This record gives sequence, structure tokens and C-alpha cells, in this order.
Amino acid sequence: MTKWLEENTPKLVLAPSFIAVLIFVYGFIAWTAWVSFTRSRLLPRYDIEGLIQYERLFASPRWDTALNNLFVFGILFIVIAMVLGLVLAILLDQNIRTEGAIRTIYLYPMALSMIVTGTAWKWILNPGLGVEAMVRGWGFENFTFDWLVNPDMAIYTIVIAAIWQSSGFVMALFLAGLRSVDGEIIKAAQVDGIPTWRIYTAIIIPSMAPIFLSAFIVLSHLAIKSFDLVIALTGGGPGYATDLPATYMYAMAFSRGDIGQAASSAMIMMMVVFAIVVPYLYSELRSKDD
Amino acid sequence: MTDISMTSAQSQSQTGKIVLRWLLYIALGLFALFYLMPLFVMITTSLKSLDEIRTGDLIALPREVTFDAWRTAWSGACTGIQCEGVRPYFWNSILIAIPAVAISTLLGAMNGYVVAHWRFRGANIIFSLMLFGCFIPFQVVLLPMARTLGIMGIAGTIPGLIFVHVIYGLGFTTLFFRNYYVTIPAELTKAAKVDGAGFFRIFWSIFLPLSLPIIVVTVIWQFTQIWNDFLFGVSFSQAGTQPVTVALNNIVNSTTGVKEYNVDMAAAIIAALPTLFVYVVAGKYFIRGLTAGSVKG
Repeated sequence: MTKWLEENTPKLVLAPSFIAVLIFVYGFIAWTAWVSFTRSRLLPRYDIEGLIQYERLFASPRWDTALNNLFVFGILFIVIAMVLGLVLAILLDQNIRTEGAIRTIYLYPMALSMIVTGTAWKWILNPGLGVEAMVRGWGFENFTFDWLVNPDMAIYTIVIAAIWQSSGFVMALFLAGLRSVDGEIIKAAQVDGIPTWRIYTAIIIPSMAPIFLSAFIVLSHLAIKSFDLVIALTGGGPGYATDLPATYMYAMAFSRGDIGQAASSAMIMMMVVFAIVVPYLYSELRSKDD
Repeated sequence: MTDISMTSAQSQSQTGKIVLRWLLYIALGLFALFYLMPLFVMITTSLKSLDEIRTGDLIALPREVTFDAWRTAWSGACTGIQCEGVRPYFWNSILIAIPAVAISTLLGAMNGYVVAHWRFRGANIIFSLMLFGCFIPFQVVLLPMARTLGIMGIAGTIPGLIFVHVIYGLGFTTLFFRNYYVTIPAELTKAAKVDGAGFFRIFWSIFLPLSLPIIVVTVIWQFTQIWNDFLFGVSFSQAGTQPVTVALNNIVNSTTGVKEYNVDMAAAIIAALPTLFVYVVAGKYFIRGLTAGSVKG
């Protein structure tokens, strides 16, 4: 008995966590998947009815807006955050004396809750007393900056706040990448008289391809899961103008009492995440085993 | 790496070099202003009176500094019907975060130790399955979790939120410790086994003493995640058990009465203080957690 216990201690230690993950991750995904194929409304029902919830989902104009917003927000957020992060990293890489302090300033938003970020930007961007009023107060009477309350522009305020929050983190990733490039190659290029900008575009940036990939994975993951920021900044409004899949799912689950729609929208979100993450994880795990 | 600009600048004139250097610092300074501006506006707004906010400039310094907004935010602001400020919710967040961080870190350490040094058949698959759980959008577990918490009798309670944070933090904490422990040579475990030390003895007297840096990284990561969480907090809490992020959102979006922007800003700063403090004190570990948590593997 003691011998058996001794041999199996590692398994017994790992078992509770593993069982918890099996139930609360995989079991729950299965439950949500199952319910997404039923007619569940206020209460879950368990008889499979096919794709009816997905048909309802894709017929819904609100979901259509949410998907469009995810697309617009996701692309702008990922591209701008990556470009800004790379530029900041290259600027900081020029032997800056106060690098530590500047890095701290660029990165601190990452420590804040998205709710705090949303609250701050909501105040700054509110047309009545924020930036618009300030510029008008300087004498530019016709200046308008009402994106926050303009249904066509409100999604861009989310882009601004999200970039403010996350670009410093991308900078940190890229800076680490720049520092890990082989110094010998760079010295050789300098000896050959190759200009600095060519060294960056032809040698350093191409060798950082894996970092671009990680940054892309992290940012797209953040974009798809974006929820708190929208809630705090626009509440999904005006109207449904800034709804994202995550806010749509939440509204269906907890205020509309439409479990079928909540489950099917959650499944779509998961599929989008997996379409991006699975190939990456797969290649990561495989290269580890080699 | 860092001397590139110097070498290539040698071909340029001395003045050109100085101008470039100045432009560089100006660009860095402007970006710093962009990142600092919201924090600056939050602090100054929280110190102004409502009258001054209505008549004044967004980025102007307060003419008369007042801490009334802070007092209201802490103990008088209304979240819906209750008007107790963020204080009780700040306390809730602490009650949630401390046990959830401690439990998930401890479990992560044990799991990481097993996966890295006590490999058995299937251990790799188990680890991959746990790692995968880090990536799911939590929306996909919200509905069944709400029902399960109800069945367990801890729906809308602080223990319920602790439970949820522990479960969904396990993947990351296990990953952190596993990646740290694989760098400890296997010979060390083997030698200890030969000397007759068992599973827990080796963990306690060899691994734990070496673990301080990774414990700090994990604790900071988990604390930041849990303190800043909103999705679980808003989904699984009720009137008296909400964490501070949910209370802040309720204060800002409460529609009754006059909009008190200074109180909103003070409440936001209060909600942000713990994680900002951690960042300022232990920024190095915070960044290490961020990069480990995102560039997984």
C-alpha cells in the first residue's frame, strides 16, 4: 500500500488539477457546444435541433454589427499597436540614457484594469467637457471631436484606448527581440558601411519574425476577448454601434435571457481564437519536442 | 547593438548628429506625454471641484485642490442604490485576490514540479491539455459555470469567485513553474532519490528554496489578473460581493443624480492603485510574467 502510494504520488498530486481542467474547461466547452445546438431560451434544453441558433445568430443585425466591429477593431488595433511598438522599441534602442524610466512610462497602462482605462478615456473623450471642449476653449469654436457619441466613429475610440493600454507591452516584446539579435552580424554590416536603416530593415527586423508572430497572437487574443474596455468606455453604444462578440454574448446570457444565442456566439468566439492559436501552439509544442 | 547610430553617424557632420539626437529625445518625450496624459488628467480632475471642472480646461491644473471627491469615492459614492463608495468592494477584491492567488500559486508549483521532474506516461498530454485551457475565451464557460456555482451553493459569493479564479488560473501557474523547474537539472532529483528522499521531501528542501523568483513572478501575474478581472466579477457576483472593478463601473455608469466626474476619477485611481503599486515596486517581475504569459512555451 505505502509502496503504491509512493509510486503514484506524482499522479495523485496532479490529478485534482487535471480533473478540474477536464470538467471546468473541456466539460464546460462540451456543454456550451451541446446547448448551442438546441432551442434553449431562458432555460437550457437538451434535445438537439441542429443549427437553428447559428441561423438565428447570423440573421441578427446586432451580431452582424458585432462581427464587423471585431474585424475593424481587431485589424486597426493589431496593426497600429505593432507598428507603434516596433517604432518605440527602435527609438529606445539608440543608447538612450533614461531608457529605464521611459520604458516604465510606456508600459504602466498594462498594469491597469481595462475598466480603469475605459473610465479615463471616457472622461477625456466626452464631447461636453473633454478634448472637444478644451480645444474650443482655445478659440477653435468649430472644432468637433464627438467620436464617443457618434455611432459611426465610436468604435475608433475603443481602438485608441486599447492601443494606449497595450502598445507599451508590444514595445517591451520587440525591445527584447532587438537585444537578442546576434551582435556579430550587425558589426560586420557596420564595417561594410551599410546604413543604419538598412541594417534594421534587412537584418534585424527579418530575424525577429518569431516575435512578430507572438505579438500578433497576443494582440489578436486580446482583441477577440475585449469586453471590459467596451463596457467601461461606450457600454456597447451608442445603440449597438460598438458591440463586440464578447458583449453580445454577455447581453444574451445575462440580460436578454437567451441561452441559445449566448452559447452559439461563445462557440463562434472560441472557433476564432482556436483558428489563430492552434496552429501556433501546435508548432510551438512540436519544435519543443524535436 | 546600441552603438549603431554612433558608427553610422560618424559620416555625418557633428551638428547633424546632435540634431538627430535631439529629435530622438523629442519623439520619445512626446510618446511619454501620450502615455502619461490620461493619468495626469485623472489625478487633476479628481482634485478639482465640480464647478471648476465645468468651467475649466481638461488639462489645467486645479486652481483649488480639494480631496472631497476622494472622500466621496472611498465611502460615499453610489453604485446603484447603495452609497458606500468603493471601500466595501475594495475589501471584497482583497478577500478574493489573496486566497485565489495563494491557492493557484501553490497548486501551480506542485503541478509544475510533477510535469517537469516526475514525468509519467501521459504527463505531456495532461500538460498540453492544461496549457490549452489558458487560451479559451471565457465566454465559453460562463453559462455552465453560473449553473455549477448555483448547484454548489456558492453562486454570488466570494468563495465562488475564489474558486473560479483558482480554476482558470491553474493553466498559467502550472506553465510558469514548469518552465522554471525544467531548468533545474534532473540529476539533482535523481541524487536526492538515491539518498532516500521522497516526493514531498525533495520539493520542500530542494525545489522550494530555489523558487523565490518564479513565486514572485507568478504571484504578481495572478494578483494583477484577479484584481483587474471584470468578466468573472460581473457574471458571478451579487449586490454585496462585487469586486472593485465592477463597483467602479457601476459608479461611473450610475444614471441617478449629477455626474460627478471628479468622484469617478478618484474611484478609478483607487481601483488602480494596488496593481500600479505592484508595477512600480516590482516592475521587473511584472514584465517577466507578461512576456512568459504571452510568449508561451
